[in-house]
Amino acid sequence: MKRISVLFLSFLLIVTSLIVLPGCNKDRVVLNVFNWGQYINPDLLTKFEKETGIKVNLELFETNEHMLAKLEAGGTAYDVVFPSDYVIEEMIQKDMLYKIDFNNIPNFKYIGDRFKNLNYDPTNEYSVPYFWGTLGIIYNSEMVDEEVDSWDILWDEKYAGKILMLDSMRDTIGVALKRLGYSVNETDPSKLEEAKNLLIQQRPLINGYYVDEITDMMINGDAALALNWSGAAMDIYWEGAEHIKFAVPEEGANLWFDCMVIPKTSRHKAEAEKFINFMLDPENAYLNSEYVGYASPVTSVFERLMEENPEIADMDAYNPSEEVLDKCEVFIDLGDKRPLYNQIWTEIKVE
Amino acid sequence: MVKFLKRFYLCLIFIFLYAPILVLIVYSFNESKSRGHWGGFTLKWYGELFRDRDIIKALYYTFLVALLSSIISTIIGTFSAIGIHNMGLFGKNFALNINYLPVLNPDIVTGVALMTLFISVNMRLGFLTMLISHTVFNIPYVILSVLPKLKQMNKHMTEAALDLGATPAYALRKVVIPEIMPGVITGALIAFTLSIDDFVISFFNTGSGVTNLSILVYSMAKRGVKPSINALTTLMLITVVILLLLINKRTTKGDELLP
Repeated sequence: MKRISVLFLSFLLIVTSLIVLPGCNKDRVVLNVFNWGQYINPDLLTKFEKETGIKVNLELFETNEHMLAKLEAGGTAYDVVFPSDYVIEEMIQKDMLYKIDFNNIPNFKYIGDRFKNLNYDPTNEYSVPYFWGTLGIIYNSEMVDEEVDSWDILWDEKYAGKILMLDSMRDTIGVALKRLGYSVNETDPSKLEEAKNLLIQQRPLINGYYVDEITDMMINGDAALALNWSGAAMDIYWEGAEHIKFAVPEEGANLWFDCMVIPKTSRHKAEAEKFINFMLDPENAYLNSEYVGYASPVTSVFERLMEENPEIADMDAYNPSEEVLDKCEVFIDLGDKRPLYNQIWTEIKVE
Repeated sequence: MVKFLKRFYLCLIFIFLYAPILVLIVYSFNESKSRGHWGGFTLKWYGELFRDRDIIKALYYTFLVALLSSIISTIIGTFSAIGIHNMGLFGKNFALNINYLPVLNPDIVTGVALMTLFISVNMRLGFLTMLISHTVFNIPYVILSVLPKLKQMNKHMTEAALDLGATPAYALRKVVIPEIMPGVITGALIAFTLSIDDFVISFFNTGSGVTNLSILVYSMAKRGVKPSINALTTLMLITVVILLLLINKRTTKGDELLP
């Protein structure tokens, strides 16, 4: 009996110490950061802690929707969150975000003008861009001889069975809309009907709708063309598969952003702003972009990466031309038109 | 011929069960980040694994929560099982049905329900809430694995012990618990595995920077799962195999020793 009670007591001691101890150093500010997995250079967190004495707790989420569900429920104290463009719009509408005090973020000046005042946050009061990219076509240059400059190639019968589409509603319908010359944010039912017919017509030509598998299938040569985000194209490039190329068609595409915001659950707004400012510092943004492999909105990062890897200047994944970028659009929240998209998407997929 | 077919069938089953794990182990030595493409032999993912503070932290929390929640739920579950076993017919059915409920409930419902509860009592989400929620969903499994052992036990044994002068507590310790020990250990092991495995309930009930391995792996969906995770799985697998071998050796040495 004695042994059991000793065991039990020591067990209790461990549990209580685990629960109580973290609360002891209350004088040190702890910043709760909620980010996607592998989406920040861990060395930067250490550097931030050293420079400011603020401790960073990194927590991870998998999708925007999961993140939103958790944030809305309450009970958490996140200080900096990294949502995507259309989600920011929704969060602003739901009054979930603090206005950022840009006086505390002097490094905001390093961000390219193209990445300010975008339509999900038109007055740029709530969000600071973190990474950005486009949607385009990944292709295997050993299987595709011609130049890839139009969405039409995804409807070309020459490549029947060798085309991969993205299993992502907004992106895939958006491509059909762009090919027809409409906006990716179109809500007119008759125009959406046209887009639907275009995608149904494409069904016999494609291998299927995928997301994660696309990268591997392209590297293995299982397909010639795939619709995908520029981020995936950069992953393939840094992986060393040089025959896989990426192009943003001339009709334009979707432009995506992942941003930093301060949710109203934050208890340390000033420190959160310090953190955002830290991430925008050209040196830090460079280290981060190099680690993650995505394009940073900080202009100098891009210039420095181009100096070190001159070849990426010609890559659409990193440096799409101004003309193409001008035709690209950012998704806006569909609001009450979302069921219409859902219905069209279902009809395409059951076809 | 029949013998050959039997063996062949057995082989097939083993291949189905273990081929995925084998592939994963092989790819933990792959130079290239992509699956399905061999870029040469390397140990760099193992090196990266130990330098990655997120993975190490997640590993620490995973095992801490699994260990604590399996111990707590085994203690609570075993005593509940003994109580349920001694109930009247109506009470027993009632308790068992309530016990089945969390088992049959989808994880997402349990997870969100627990989260709502924690928030409504103003508990800050973090390590403690994750530990409590894991303990909660583990308890029914422990009860379910202990109950059959109690049914198998000869009930006259406890009575005999009491007749011979043992106090109820003494009889519990010296007669009942040793008899049901295999069930208790099975329950603890199931609880431990379920806790390591769980994503949905953990995700909704954690906070303050506490992340376990399954949340870490799921969160990598955006960027593709890092091969360091393959390396980690390989190491965990090797540890488990060594542990099993040690346990087997011990049990075959002294037959009277329970698993």
